[in-house]
Amino acid sequence: MSDDILFDLKGVSKKFTKGKDTITVFDGLDMSIARGDFLAIMGPSGSGKTTLLNMLGGVDQPTGGEIWFDGSRIDSLSENQLAAWRANNIGFIFQFYNLMPMLNAERNVELPLLLTKLSRSQRKKNIAAALELVSLSDRARHMPAEMSGGQQQRVAIARALVSDPKLMLCDEPTGDLDRETADEILTMLQLLNREYDKTIVMVTHDPEAAKYAKRTLHLDKGVFVEKDLAA
Amino acid sequence: MKDFYLVLKNLTRKKMRLFLTVFATFIAFMIFGTLTAFQKAFDSGIELSADDRLIVLNKISFTQVLPIAYANRVRAVEHVEAMTHLNWFGGYYQDPRSQFAMFAVDAENFMEVFDELVLTDAQRQAWIDNRQGLIAGQAIAENFGWQVGDRIPINSNIFSQRDGRTDWDFDVVGIYTGEDPQTDTNSVYFHYEYFNETQSFGGDFIGFMAVRTSDPSLNEEVIKSIDDMFANSPAETETVPEKAFNKAFIEQIGNLSLILTSVVLAAFFVILVIVGNSMILSIRERTAEIGVMKTLGFTSSRIFRMVLAESLLLALIGGVLGVLASGSLITLINNAPIQLPVLVLDSSVWSQAMLFVIGLGFITGIVPAMSALRLNIITALSRS
Repeated sequence: MSDDILFDLKGVSKKFTKGKDTITVFDGLDMSIARGDFLAIMGPSGSGKTTLLNMLGGVDQPTGGEIWFDGSRIDSLSENQLAAWRANNIGFIFQFYNLMPMLNAERNVELPLLLTKLSRSQRKKNIAAALELVSLSDRARHMPAEMSGGQQQRVAIARALVSDPKLMLCDEPTGDLDRETADEILTMLQLLNREYDKTIVMVTHDPEAAKYAKRTLHLDKGVFVEKDLAA
Repeated sequence: MKDFYLVLKNLTRKKMRLFLTVFATFIAFMIFGTLTAFQKAFDSGIELSADDRLIVLNKISFTQVLPIAYANRVRAVEHVEAMTHLNWFGGYYQDPRSQFAMFAVDAENFMEVFDELVLTDAQRQAWIDNRQGLIAGQAIAENFGWQVGDRIPINSNIFSQRDGRTDWDFDVVGIYTGEDPQTDTNSVYFHYEYFNETQSFGGDFIGFMAVRTSDPSLNEEVIKSIDDMFANSPAETETVPEKAFNKAFIEQIGNLSLILTSVVLAAFFVILVIVGNSMILSIRERTAEIGVMKTLGFTSSRIFRMVLAESLLLALIGGVLGVLASGSLITLINNAPIQLPVLVLDSSVWSQAMLFVIGLGFITGIVPAMSALRLNIITALSRS
């Protein structure tokens, strides 16, 4: 496997059992994601976008095939090993931000750092840097309910990048935002990709959002077609 | 320790629910602390009974009297170290509703038999020297504001004097304490001679006798000697160890232990349902958040511990506050002008309470903690 390849999916299949029926989402999917890529995955509902994202994030396991990340196979890891792997390598951004409502912005950003051995003072430095990066230093003590949707999503981005992950997975990150705010968020993701070399995989329904990515994969019934929209 | 902040924030996120749940737990533990103190106080009457002390009663009933002549005969029984006799006086001070334990006793020998009562030598001598003198326990003296040197009238709701009066004048000559904090100091003792010479119901009878043997191992022998001595007489005796006598006396009220335990268990059962339900609801509301935490890399076992810690912390706050409040309530009860045994909130009550806290926290937390442990990330996130 090339050193430039961060993710490599080989013959991945995913099947669900519903009663007596077996639903096949993927059957022998092959896919590679290079370091520094900004990949948008589009497709109709039920095409398998979210299932693919879940497998990339180690929150769902394939039924068959292999998933390699940075030279290590992850599809055979135990639940606890996967949790540690996610903490070390993945930053997640959700459509509805999923901030903890009882924690202020900086405490939300701190969450992934609680899984590290960093001291409180070191954690504080990292939190400050992450909030600075998303231009929310002045909102550090604000509760999620006191912030707009766009601000909450920026806090979520700060939480995703505070532990310096290799990969950021975004599930409809602008799905709950207006156009203007969505553009701000997407510009921020683009900046993280270009300036900080973060590999980003983004699932979206929005063709405008996909334009911010370096490339887009269209998924339909578990099969995707690569189409370079950014070019 | 890093997770404690999260546990605390989760616990305090809904202030009203927290207040109501803690309040319910608080009430349960206050009931527990107070009733346990009562139970221990009643039990202490049995536990503090001397092993070498016997009670000699009329065989028909302890309400029937014995002739005074029995006293010297019992005193002469082999292995009897000391003996005093006691008559229930039915005394009250000022208010007929405030009746207390008051006995006419053989003052000269009384302190030999009840040597756990602490009285200075000077006060003891003053009592023996003054036929109208009485000694009062510290608790009752504080309740009525009596001090050594006071002259007080005490009425009887049973006896009257020969001139028809029901009040007797007494000099407070001594205030006794107890070696053990739970020793009953709510009783009053005065001279039998004063009682016998002034009351109008005929004389020379005694209520019961208290006997100290030279060794507890000789109790059976002494019991047999005394009861055999008065067998087939008009007033046969029944001699029993003091412990058995006190136990039987307390059991007349009913099985106190069972009653108190039932009340405490009922309180805890209600709390179990309330807190358990509250915890289950609370965790169910946080399904998506738990899913997010697992996604970020928190392990299931770590989340399990956090949920259980939250439940334990909830029980601990309510439990500690409840037992502290029961301490204040007990102080109030001890200081109130009512005749009750001395209540003590000692370390054993605290230890028991802490065991209940752990039990309550664990039982109410285990179901939501298991739900959190088993929660599938994808299922959880789909609810967000």
